[in-house]
Amino acid sequence: MDQLLQFVFSGLTVGAVYALVALGFTLIYNASDVINFAQGEFVMLGGMVTVFAVAAGMPLPLAALVAIAVAVATGLALHRLAIEPARGASAVTLIIVTIGASILIRGLAQMVFDRQFHALPAFTGEEPIRVLGASILPQSLWVLGGAAAIVLALWLFMERTLLGKAVRATAANRLAARLVGIDTTLVLALAFGISGAIGAIAGILITPITLTSFAVGTLLALKGFAAAMLGGMGNPVGAVVGGLALGLLESLAAGFISSTYKDAVAFLVILGVLFVLPQGLFGRRAVERV
Amino acid sequence: MSRRLFAALLVGAAALTFGPSPAGAQAPIRIGAVLSVTGPASFLGDPEARTLRLYIDRINQAGGVLGRRLELVLYDDGGDANRARTFATRLVEDDRVVAMVGGTTTGTTMAMIPVFEEARIPFISLAGGIEIIEPVKPFTFKTPHTDKMACEKIFEDLRKRGLTRVGLISGTGGFGASMRTQCLRVAPAFGITIVADERYGPGDTDMTPQLTRIRNAPGGVQAVVNADFGQGPAIVTRNFAQLGLGVPLYQSHGVASRSFIELAGPAAEGVRLPAAALLVAEQLPDSDPQKRVVMEYKQLYESTQNQPVSTFGGHAYDGLMILIEAIRRAGSTDGVRIRDAVRQTRGFIGTGGVVNMSETDHMGLDLSAFRMIEIRNGTWRLLD
Amino acid sequence: MAPAWLTPRRATVAGLALLLAALWLVFPSGFYFRIATLVWISALAAVGLNLLMGLAGQVSLGHAGFVGIGAYAVALGPRHLGLDLLPSLGLGLVLAGLLALLVGRPILRLRGHYLAVATLGLGILVWLVLNSEVAITGGPDGIQVQRLVLVGWRVAGAETWYWITGLALVLGVLVALNLEESPTGRALRALHDSEVAAAVAGIDVARAKLAVFVIAAVYAALAGGLLALFNRFVTPQAADFLHSIELVTMVVIGGMGSSLGAVVGAAVLTILPQALTVFHDYEHAVLGLTIILFMIFLRQGIVPSLAALLARRAP
Repeated sequence: MDQLLQFVFSGLTVGAVYALVALGFTLIYNASDVINFAQGEFVMLGGMVTVFAVAAGMPLPLAALVAIAVAVATGLALHRLAIEPARGASAVTLIIVTIGASILIRGLAQMVFDRQFHALPAFTGEEPIRVLGASILPQSLWVLGGAAAIVLALWLFMERTLLGKAVRATAANRLAARLVGIDTTLVLALAFGISGAIGAIAGILITPITLTSFAVGTLLALKGFAAAMLGGMGNPVGAVVGGLALGLLESLAAGFISSTYKDAVAFLVILGVLFVLPQGLFGRRAVERV
Repeated sequence: MSRRLFAALLVGAAALTFGPSPAGAQAPIRIGAVLSVTGPASFLGDPEARTLRLYIDRINQAGGVLGRRLELVLYDDGGDANRARTFATRLVEDDRVVAMVGGTTTGTTMAMIPVFEEARIPFISLAGGIEIIEPVKPFTFKTPHTDKMACEKIFEDLRKRGLTRVGLISGTGGFGASMRTQCLRVAPAFGITIVADERYGPGDTDMTPQLTRIRNAPGGVQAVVNADFGQGPAIVTRNFAQLGLGVPLYQSHGVASRSFIELAGPAAEGVRLPAAALLVAEQLPDSDPQKRVVMEYKQLYESTQNQPVSTFGGHAYDGLMILIEAIRRAGSTDGVRIRDAVRQTRGFIGTGGVVNMSETDHMGLDLSAFRMIEIRNGTWRLLD
Repeated sequence: MAPAWLTPRRATVAGLALLLAALWLVFPSGFYFRIATLVWISALAAVGLNLLMGLAGQVSLGHAGFVGIGAYAVALGPRHLGLDLLPSLGLGLVLAGLLALLVGRPILRLRGHYLAVATLGLGILVWLVLNSEVAITGGPDGIQVQRLVLVGWRVAGAETWYWITGLALVLGVLVALNLEESPTGRALRALHDSEVAAAVAGIDVARAKLAVFVIAAVYAALAGGLLALFNRFVTPQAADFLHSIELVTMVVIGGMGSSLGAVVGAAVLTILPQALTVFHDYEHAVLGLTIILFMIFLRQGIVPSLAALLARRAP
């Protein structure tokens, strides 16, 4: 029992990060059909900028704000300088643009920062909390709480603000959105900006637990993409559930089956789900018009 | 200023710029390096590259070798064996290097060996795998201790403490996988039983599931050994403390850099590891033959690079210095003669230990080169 | 006007063969032959993947997994099964094809990009096995491959391999072009954005896509086998995710739907890292920037964009 609980704690913490990356994927995908493989780099920037700002003497909250600002600026620049100029190109071309961007961002990060690993101090102490024989770090609660807060904020934004409604309209039908006067370019820029912010926050929350370096983005992009597909690409709720599910799958597989093949177990389950529910757990069904 | 004096100065300046200078009389001696400066092994490759650049510059400032300047041709293979092989070919056929220092990982080294063996160019690898020098290949050498030695050193210490039931947790990268194989192989000779054998993937960020399994291994566990480098061991160490396993934790020589203590934080207290003397330079007795060399390297590296010294950079220092001494002794840049001279290296004092090479030993280190070190009060403490 | 017998298909193949001969005359050292050989090998895998992306409109994010299967077949066949190298290679091709069949059959009946996810998982699975089963595969540090001996002739030297892989590529392109121009190929290409329309036109879309996927997998496995024989050494990186992404990038940069484009894309991504070493620490940043610029300014891919440009110029 305590064993199971320990695996669940581990899986939820890791899964929360996957969920945030998947959420970033989803936002941009909804606005443009682009799968933004630079999404992991936002997480990297969040962690690395905070580490270096703290090292330069900034207090942690200020450093975190700077990091979020840098990631948002990077997201907007990615949209303005790389995605916009290629407007009208096929989705695959745009995806390759984001792959190029991730290589570029990583290449710059290793020069601007360094190639070492870095940690941040935990926000509220390192003493693990014992629950029924299992233990969880206070920072894990920060990660879970932070992820929940982001999801809530995003939901409020989408449901309650005019801009959010424009984003949803664009996601539902881009042409119709344009016809009713929504500036879809602005919506896409917004999606990149928000994705940058979400990624950066994830990076800041997780760095005290997982450490960071210039290269952490690639794997997170891969896992986040898998999570988004599991949940149903394009559905924010699906992204969150998919992320948490993937994290749990990995830790349960490592705990009960084989730590060597835990990633394989996770992928087999994803494939199984897709066979039964081709649109993902929360996907919407598309109707093809001929 | 008179016009004549001005003209004389001009000629002098021109002579300095274009004329034959003592170290530039001939074409420079080209030394090749293929390192994993980026990619999963950048934690090792980056300090290696910094060390080579630093010391090539210094040797040139001191007049070069055989009256000639040294030129470093360095390529980054990103940890990819196929790319390493391509750069090795480029070094041999295009850049025409006289010798090679590098090969950060065992995988890239093994991919490059045929290129240098075929071209009969000496190749000093900086990777740990025992298969690099066993069986001995005519032109291939290495400077770091093997992972087998690390296992032996750890198991020796366990035997002294009377601990026999060991849980093994290793990364699936080249370093961790190779050390895992060696530890499984030599464990019986030390009376050690491996009661749990867990692994984690590259970039994994939470190893509590694996450590929970080790804790619950049937029959109980008396010590845990972690084989890996980079951020993995730091996370294992933190998770280990979080779960409160309450048995000794051993790390490998793969964490032999101050950044490990910083990353693992208070959880690193009491962790033991085998490592080269470089880590505990200040604590060595003045009588220790390595003291002067390791202090010099540590001070120069830390004052110029603004980062803590690591034994990985030290391996590059050892490799370069063994090579330079060999070129001096050979008095030539001919591949076979340099190789013969490298092979005759005796009593070379490096950061990794005292090196005695021979026809049958292309590494030249024994178990005495490893020190058992414990982390106490946030710093290394020499145990033996 | 080109003579009637010089169809675009024949012109492409003849052009490639001529290039092969011309480069052989001008290359100064074995290093250049090695780079060219690596281009031919990558191009072979990219030509196959291009069939899948251009004809079937599907992306494989785990194509390097098939490369790994081919590569490890020639490494492990002689070691564990006592097979000669060529039968081992054949076994690798069959294995890759069967695996593609097994995965593709159920997946390609679904509409949408599920093949991308399925192949992503498949690629990771192949990599995991190659990386983890140290006792069989040698693990992350890789494994040696025997030297190829063809009827008593020891195949060695970058120049020899340049010709072997170069001719394999020419053959591969020829087969690919024939597939593209076959009735099924034309229909697939014309209709791949609308499966309903294809079905109305009387094509069993799922079946045709499956055939293309299996062929693409065999191309990749052949490329992997040649790579392992050429290097006489292979590591699990041949099968890793980044390599899969690299193959997709080659196809898109060169121009999706163009076999020649796949070759050009392979050449660009193989030669660029060698050229970019002059930027030292900035080489990755420059590589990323170059990819972005290519996609912005030649968004159809190099070959189709340049062809369109030429067509506009010519009267």
